[in-house]
Amino acid sequence: MAKLTVLPTTDANTKNAAFMERYARRVGATPPGMCPVAVQLSLLQSAQMQTCGKCVPCRDGLPQLAKMLEQVLYCAADESALESIRVMATMVRDTSDCAIGWEAANAVLEGLDTFADEYKAHVTTHFCQESVGQSVPCETLCPAHVDVPGYIALAGEGDFAGAIRLIRKDNPFPTACALVCEHPCEERCRRALIDAPVNIRGIKKYAVDSLAADKVSVPSRLPDTGRRIAVIGGGPSGMTCAYFLALMGHAVTVFEGRKKLGGMMRYGIPAYRFPRERLDEDIRAILSVGNIDVRYETQVDAALMGEIAAEYDAVYVAIGAQGGKSLRLEGVDAEGVSSAVDLLSRIGDGDWTPDFTGKNVVVIGGGNVAMDCCRTSVRAGAESVTCVYRRRVEDMTALRMEIESAMQEGVEMLTLQSPVSIEVDESGHCAAVITQPQMISAVKRGRPAPKDADKPQQRIPADVVLLAVGQAIESAPFEEFGMKADRTYFCADEHLQAEGFQNVFVGGDCFTGPATVIRAIGAGKVAARNIDEYLGYHHTLDCGAKAPAAKPNDRTPYGRVEILERPANERKHDFAGVETSMSTEEAVQECGRCLRCDHYGCGITEGGRIQYA
Amino acid sequence: MPSMINLTFNGTPVTCVEGMTILAAARMADVKIPTLCYLAGVNEIGMCRMCVVEVEGRQELVAACNTPAEDGMVIQTMSERVVAARKIALELLLAKHGLDSTDYCFSCAKNGACELQALCREYEVTQTAFAQKAPRKPVQDSNPFLRFDPNLCIKCQRCVSTCNKQARNHTLHTGKKGVITTIMAPFGPDWKATDCESCGNCAQACPTGALVEKRRKAYREWEVTHTVTTCPHCAVGCQLDMVVKDGRIVDVEAANGPSNRGMLCVKGRSGSFDFVSSPERLTTPLVRNQETGELEPADWDVALDLVARRFGQIKEQQGGDALAAFACSRSTNEDVYMLQKMARTAFGTNNVDNCARV
Repeated sequence: MAKLTVLPTTDANTKNAAFMERYARRVGATPPGMCPVAVQLSLLQSAQMQTCGKCVPCRDGLPQLAKMLEQVLYCAADESALESIRVMATMVRDTSDCAIGWEAANAVLEGLDTFADEYKAHVTTHFCQESVGQSVPCETLCPAHVDVPGYIALAGEGDFAGAIRLIRKDNPFPTACALVCEHPCEERCRRALIDAPVNIRGIKKYAVDSLAADKVSVPSRLPDTGRRIAVIGGGPSGMTCAYFLALMGHAVTVFEGRKKLGGMMRYGIPAYRFPRERLDEDIRAILSVGNIDVRYETQVDAALMGEIAAEYDAVYVAIGAQGGKSLRLEGVDAEGVSSAVDLLSRIGDGDWTPDFTGKNVVVIGGGNVAMDCCRTSVRAGAESVTCVYRRRVEDMTALRMEIESAMQEGVEMLTLQSPVSIEVDESGHCAAVITQPQMISAVKRGRPAPKDADKPQQRIPADVVLLAVGQAIESAPFEEFGMKADRTYFCADEHLQAEGFQNVFVGGDCFTGPATVIRAIGAGKVAARNIDEYLGYHHTLDCGAKAPAAKPNDRTPYGRVEILERPANERKHDFAGVETSMSTEEAVQECGRCLRCDHYGCGITEGGRIQYA
Repeated sequence: MPSMINLTFNGTPVTCVEGMTILAAARMADVKIPTLCYLAGVNEIGMCRMCVVEVEGRQELVAACNTPAEDGMVIQTMSERVVAARKIALELLLAKHGLDSTDYCFSCAKNGACELQALCREYEVTQTAFAQKAPRKPVQDSNPFLRFDPNLCIKCQRCVSTCNKQARNHTLHTGKKGVITTIMAPFGPDWKATDCESCGNCAQACPTGALVEKRRKAYREWEVTHTVTTCPHCAVGCQLDMVVKDGRIVDVEAANGPSNRGMLCVKGRSGSFDFVSSPERLTTPLVRNQETGELEPADWDVALDLVARRFGQIKEQQGGDALAAFACSRSTNEDVYMLQKMARTAFGTNNVDNCARV
């Protein structure tokens, strides 16, 4: 009794850890399409299991709440049940001693509001809303709904042409997405139940590294329809739309403001992440469909837009978000200060690279564009590159991988510093960034917000200041033409038809705000389909490839094969692509981890797929 | 000098010493806040949430029993929100109170003395929406004095805290059935193998009829009167509250005396009064008939004269040290004092002792 022990209080604590990890993986792999009330109940049941058994509201209230919620979940309750749930949850939230009960009830109360429509459906129609229902996770979460299990299976069999064709069924940019996609497809990968999500982007990269996309022929065009469609903006969204419309037999004219196609993939993403020759592979393949006329260096103003809208059967406006946002700082107009967008777009044409030899570069921002600026500055020979950010590293919106790579290349992450002013020397050139240290504070709108810390201001020497604080949609000419925009975001319905127009469609960054390549591609595909429907057609396209039959699952846990970057010391001196390729052995192992959710589970059922190409 | 703080209860200003709980401040100011699991200084775990109050500026309702009062606090003890929460808490407790295990309140040993019953009456909770059929758990009643019916237990842990923190016997514990906390009472068939001394402080702490002295079944709360006295056993001087029904002592509760602080040992609680109405009890002095050798009732004058005469003779013939005074442990300190005084002064001996060895 009096002796102490060095052993853990219970052996189960240690052993539980492995199961908690498993539990976390299961939560992470929550299938898309699950009924929100079911998610609520599983959260509540987890909480119920965590009660220590002391207090009445938690130990007795949560099980009662769970029972009530269960009745609602199975559509066996009437409308009064929702009020009973709210009363009980309020009591548990208000009287719980510790956060175990409090947070459980809080989640129920927030869920009642967040998913009010779904709850209502359960107690009135006694069915879930129509949108509820599971489908293949990767395919569902990909904004372009690419047949991921299919192309993984083809790549695993070494049929790269087949894999590329299957990707192109929904996305004519297999190379772009192989290199720069943020891969939302991996977020809920069912493989996470066993070990970790399949490296889907890595497999796609393996396919396009093994066989260049422009070496794989595109399907042949359907017979000409005689319809003419204009696409404003030759970025990922515009070119995707152009590709599908051309395949459907329509004549497409792309109006591109710059010298080359690709939009932000060329004028925003640096070459070391997406080598220009790789982008050209995708664009060559798209243009090889034929019947796509590109008008380069053609800025579309209000007048031209008016002509286009009148002359063409339909228009797709996909101008992206090409403007750089600035900060209202003293000295922001000094020489040496520029926006990230300006710098990256100048590099885009490939005939100019900045020379920052011996210079101290300060990049302001914490997103992917900030990382692009940092890593570009390193390659431009900067003496030092400092990334100044108001929040912490974990709050940065940039991909983890990008932040890590930038740090490996010698970028200093100066976090919790808010720029106050830019010091300007006698010649009118910037000399330093003055910052006010921040402290991380309360969570506001889901993110921990910074506030001024009681620490003295800092002076960071800066010969070059790059503002990577967001992109702007240059909507003015189109608004002048008559299109509606809400704070520069174009207004359109979910089918991308612009408000107030029949034949004008919008999509991509100029509709959603600055987002990702794959979202822009997804919008381009939707626009092409809806324009085709608008014109009275319903073309179907044969992509020329088919997913092979599913093999039995190999459910042995494996580590996830990651894509490697060239050594930091080597890659930071040039603009060549940083990522290396997976070997065949690595790729085959990775492809073998795919659980073929298109065949096993709900994917095989009617409605289990999101396929409409 | 402790600093004073000011707060208000239901709009009435109250001044109290810093460091007091909200509950203590309220009691001091005669503001009623209901409690169920609370036992001052013993069980302040905030389990039942009956004592929740609304404090201005705090989103949650706070447990008055273990939340310190702060200067400037504006407290509502009976707001609509507070009362609603208490009612649900009572309903949740009732749902698992196993009312059918005692054929409902009227057959329960604690009927009329049950704190849960009293609060339900006060808050007009007559039924629960959450009742559920659950298999009956076995009652532990092998201990000759104590009985634990887990079906009635609300897991307030007053018994556990009392056993461990107050009586310090460390025989009552909580145990787990999955996520459910249960009370592990040592009154089952193997009760003799436990360290339980059957002191019954746990039963006195129990707010319901779950853990009771078996003798409680012999009377109802409204049938009895209470009389405070001193325990007739050892010299500690514990204060007893004799429970009397129809002129007979039927039970004992611990009174809050300076030496026992509301507690009793097994002798005080279960061995201190049955003899009062024992048919074997001597009610008159007995004097042995020299001829028959039998003890025969005598009146006090005869008996005392006999004793005084014989003691006198022995002292005269053999000396005072031939005598000794041996007191019964059931006598009070005062009686025992008088006895030794008599031995030393009247007998002229220091031969005194007492059987009190507890």
